[in-house]
Amino acid sequence: MSNAVNILKKPFIATVISVILGFLVSLFVLSAAGYDPFKSMAVMISSIFSRPKFITNVIIKSTPLILTGLSAAFAFRTGLFNIGAEGQYIIATVVSTLVGLVFNFHPVVQIPLVIISGVIAGALLGGFTGFLKAKFGIHEVITSIMLNWIALYTCNYAANLEAFHKPESNGTYPINKSGISMLLYDWKFSEQGRAFLKDNSLLNDIILKTDLNLNFLIAVAMAIIIWIIVYKTKIGFEMRAVGFNHHAAMNAGIRVNRNIVYSMLIAGALSGLAGALTISGTSNNAIQVLSVFENNGFNGLAVALIARSSAIGCIFAGLIFSGLIYAGQSLQFKIGVPSEIINIMIGVVVFFVALTKMFPAIVEKFFMRRSENVK
Amino acid sequence: MVEISKKYAVQMRGITKSFGTFKVLDDVELDVKKGTIHAILGENGAGKSTLMNILYGLYSSDSGEIYLNGKLQFLKNTAVAIKSGIGMVHQHFMLVDKFTVIQNIVLGNETTGRFGIIKTRESREKVKEIIDRYGLNVDLNRKVRDLSVGQQQRVEILKALYRGADLLILDEPTAVLTPMEIEDLIRIMGSLVADGKTIIIITHKLKEIKKSAQECTIIRRGKFIDRVKVEDETEKTLAKKMVGREIKLKVDKTPFNPGEEVFSIKNLHVRCCRGIETVKGLSLSIRRGEILGLAGIEGNGQKELIEALLCARHVDSGEIRINGEEIQNTSPGNVLKCGVSAIHADRHKYGIVLDFSVAENAILEKYRDKPYCERGFLNYKERDKFTNKLISEYDIRPKDCKDLLIRELSGGNQQKLVIGREIANEPELLIAVQPTRGLDVGAIEYVHKTLINLRDKNKAILLISLELDEIMDLSDTIAVMYDGAINGVFKSGEADENDIGFLMAGGQENEQCC
Amino acid sequence: MKKSATFLLTLLIILILSGFTLMMMPIFRGCTGEDDEGSGFSVAMVTDTGGVNDQSFNTSSWQGLSGFAKRTGSRASYVESKQSSDYFSNIDRLADENTNLIWGIGYSLADVVQWAAKTNPELNYAIVDYSYGDDTPENVTGVVFRAEESAFLVGYIAGKTTKTGKIGFVGGIKGIVIDQFEYGFRAGADYAAREQGRPIKVVVQYAESFSDAAKGKAIALKMLSNGCDIVFHAAGGVGVGVIEAAKEKNCYAIGVDMDQAYLAPKNVLTSALKNAGRAVDLVCTELFEGNKIGGKTLSFGIKENCVGIPESNPNLDPKVYISAMKIQDEISEGKIIPPYNEQEYEKFRVNDINQ
Repeated sequence: MSNAVNILKKPFIATVISVILGFLVSLFVLSAAGYDPFKSMAVMISSIFSRPKFITNVIIKSTPLILTGLSAAFAFRTGLFNIGAEGQYIIATVVSTLVGLVFNFHPVVQIPLVIISGVIAGALLGGFTGFLKAKFGIHEVITSIMLNWIALYTCNYAANLEAFHKPESNGTYPINKSGISMLLYDWKFSEQGRAFLKDNSLLNDIILKTDLNLNFLIAVAMAIIIWIIVYKTKIGFEMRAVGFNHHAAMNAGIRVNRNIVYSMLIAGALSGLAGALTISGTSNNAIQVLSVFENNGFNGLAVALIARSSAIGCIFAGLIFSGLIYAGQSLQFKIGVPSEIINIMIGVVVFFVALTKMFPAIVEKFFMRRSENVK
Repeated sequence: MVEISKKYAVQMRGITKSFGTFKVLDDVELDVKKGTIHAILGENGAGKSTLMNILYGLYSSDSGEIYLNGKLQFLKNTAVAIKSGIGMVHQHFMLVDKFTVIQNIVLGNETTGRFGIIKTRESREKVKEIIDRYGLNVDLNRKVRDLSVGQQQRVEILKALYRGADLLILDEPTAVLTPMEIEDLIRIMGSLVADGKTIIIITHKLKEIKKSAQECTIIRRGKFIDRVKVEDETEKTLAKKMVGREIKLKVDKTPFNPGEEVFSIKNLHVRCCRGIETVKGLSLSIRRGEILGLAGIEGNGQKELIEALLCARHVDSGEIRINGEEIQNTSPGNVLKCGVSAIHADRHKYGIVLDFSVAENAILEKYRDKPYCERGFLNYKERDKFTNKLISEYDIRPKDCKDLLIRELSGGNQQKLVIGREIANEPELLIAVQPTRGLDVGAIEYVHKTLINLRDKNKAILLISLELDEIMDLSDTIAVMYDGAINGVFKSGEADENDIGFLMAGGQENEQCC
Repeated sequence: MKKSATFLLTLLIILILSGFTLMMMPIFRGCTGEDDEGSGFSVAMVTDTGGVNDQSFNTSSWQGLSGFAKRTGSRASYVESKQSSDYFSNIDRLADENTNLIWGIGYSLADVVQWAAKTNPELNYAIVDYSYGDDTPENVTGVVFRAEESAFLVGYIAGKTTKTGKIGFVGGIKGIVIDQFEYGFRAGADYAAREQGRPIKVVVQYAESFSDAAKGKAIALKMLSNGCDIVFHAAGGVGVGVIEAAKEKNCYAIGVDMDQAYLAPKNVLTSALKNAGRAVDLVCTELFEGNKIGGKTLSFGIKENCVGIPESNPNLDPKVYISAMKIQDEISEGKIIPPYNEQEYEKFRVNDINQ
């Protein structure tokens, strides 16, 4: 009995079980809404795993989620709530797009330039939130929510700037080709490239039909780097100490305010990286007028929750989340499930992960009652 | 074993309780005579509070029976316990800060008229009657956050009585009180008992048991040890029963042999967070090999003084020097570098990071120095080596706790780690603020010994404590703080408890107290 | 030791899972073998980020598409795009399903539709509200609306109805499509002014949003208290606020895209309809009947019955309605050509004065 409980207490296993349970319950939701749960299940699985292209798409779409998830998870670890990931993401897409449109260097310079400019923009916005908290004690959630809107409207303003606005669209021109980091981007448009790809169905599938890029590897690398920063370095130690107990940290000679700003800078930079990589690495390569938030940042909070704020966990959580969204869209056009039901399903999965801590307690109670009955 | 009878307010038999695999209580019994004060004595973690929480219906026991007034009762939750006339005052008060006293007392038990409007007048009269009967004076219209700790405790007691409690459980009631407040409390308990109420106090302070209780149940490591008449025992025999071995209640001290002055405060002025000056021209100096005890009632500027010393608070004027170097208004990091270490009263807030492992807490002040950190990366090997050294040197239990979260350790072991960590800094000056708060006799003995050893190594120690006994026992010099300044300085042995108590209350040195 | 064991175990699980996936891929593919029904003809659409329930363009297009499917026994489906980065994969996804005609709803999808058409020359694509002009690929149909025609009509109606001689226009975000509304409306008001021989002022303001209802309300309230008595909006969700303001001030609002009278039955004068669904249906039907539709941009207006005003307008003076119907006929016959942007508007005014 205690064995079972102990296994359930292991975060990894507990989370996996919650995800599966959440998934099962969400199938109930589907059948309650009048859709065949087994067929839905089959569609969801096949729409993720049945073709290399689908897997590639899920991975590509998981990248921004992993990064904003990391941003939120990192902030959680250091005692902050980075609800501003959304705004940091948006501002990074804006700056990356503008930089990618204004400059046109060789790709070796241009791609890093586009990405780093976005990272800096996100970091500055995050850092500003941290600065306001450190200097004036304004809670980061309040400033972040406001900055999210400021970022949204900045984006809408930038997308309509005469110099960059693409006529007959609601966005800017795509960034200069030298800044685009999709693999073999030219092949998609050149006749020879298409001809070559036609003969090779696998390559045709994943190069021509997806935004194949290396962003996922960058996200994985960032997860590892963040893990190292948090657990292996002096600065990570300081930030964690400040996050858990800033009184004790201050008495131990740690500069609390500086560390709050650093934490938010790093969290902002991660969200910014998510935005910059999206601009450089996925199609459109441009910003659009946003009427509502696209939820890249807010979904990051959910990813961090699924990952229980573990940096490495964010990789898997991001993949799960992106898989759910991607499979959800397939569910929509194959079975006709409305997106509200799909959002409820995703919500149920996240909800169950949030309840993970309850399971060991429930199992414990269950076994206790049984052993009482035996008596 | 006493038979079940109506003469007893509470009788508990065969109480057993486990948390997980750990048996907190093992076949414990308790007999409390009606109309008496009954003490429950035991070390930290002996299971006293758990036993009382079972009685109050907060936990359910795995097995065992509870008899109230000779009748078997099943106390499945606190509501039932309260209905059965049990009231409990927890160590950490459960009051709403922003409510007034009367609001707190009636909270959850409001008499309401039509439309759910609270009828305060009736409750107010009822409360006033209780106040008059037992001398529990407190201003009903003040907000709880403006009250002293002692007064808050009275509010808790009033709350329990207002709900009709006949049996009052007080969990460590004196831990946070000043000597005078303790006197008051004992007086109030006396009047309650005289009125037929029964009181159980949980404590590990032997002196108070001797002063107030008639009977005492001793628990050690979850097991019932003995039930004794207090008048038959001395503090020493009680301590021995509690710990299971001989305890020295008084510390042995080597003769006082001070060196040159290392630390001085001159004419210090500090304001508290509301902008009111609470440290008003305080001056002090400490020599090598000296323990200076700073006595005083809470709220006389100690908090701000400590914060100012550690540079956590701005100093308006005056200077603080360590080895001649001025440190006021620099940074906590600088203070640490200059050789000032501190043990805090509230270690959970100021001393340790509860969500860090023991090892991480051990290097909390050293993490940035070689060899614990190299080129920005932490060296886990060195960290663990250092932690293990502290664990064995200071007998921190369990032995292999370095990777456990520190919150899983008992209070005494947490404090041992803090003290070990601070002493490992080899400070010029150690500021110890109530270093034994919440610790049991065994741990207190250990802390006191360590402080004396440090003093004998020719270091300076500033001991700030609300417990006069501790100050009298340890200090070479005693300074009394009143209203933000020093109100008198004695050499050890020059003054007795009464003299110091007189000064603590604001008396002047030249006017003699009776 | 323990840690490395966990790590190895995790690695192993990942390896097994990925191996399993590769092996099962053909089976997964098999298990959703679609049971094709009906005529075997299928149409699908990708919404923009507004989603299928935007009560506007996407909703109307979906009504058209599903209506067509019901009538002909074809299969219709849709995918909602949550983010603009979804456009690409969503359009591509439909190509896998052997869909006969794939719709992109809204000009945001212009680029991806063009790209997908090039990649899948064997499939047919169509896009609503966008024209590729001379670059239209052979398998793409552009669908645009002459919204200026209906805007002209409601402008005329507003001009005939206003008592204060001052009417307002609330736009979403300035752009080619909204320009059609603005200048069509202005020209209609001018036309009415000339007919009555009195000046009519049109106040124009943009909300810089298609969703901020509160802002729409604020703008409209300001217009109404500055002397306007009729407000027309072409601003998506912002318009909800505009209509609310009219209700509050007991003035008239003019709806857009759909008959919005249900939002405030007493205060909606009329609506400038833009029936995207009908256009979608028409194009689908063309293809279904075997006609070639690719390589050109189709324009839909009053003549095709894709824009106009509702048949019943309880708040409208019947006389005004009758004269509006005359104008409608003139537009349909090409006697009046409402302007669709600033330049054309200036030309229209000059011609107008010359007449």
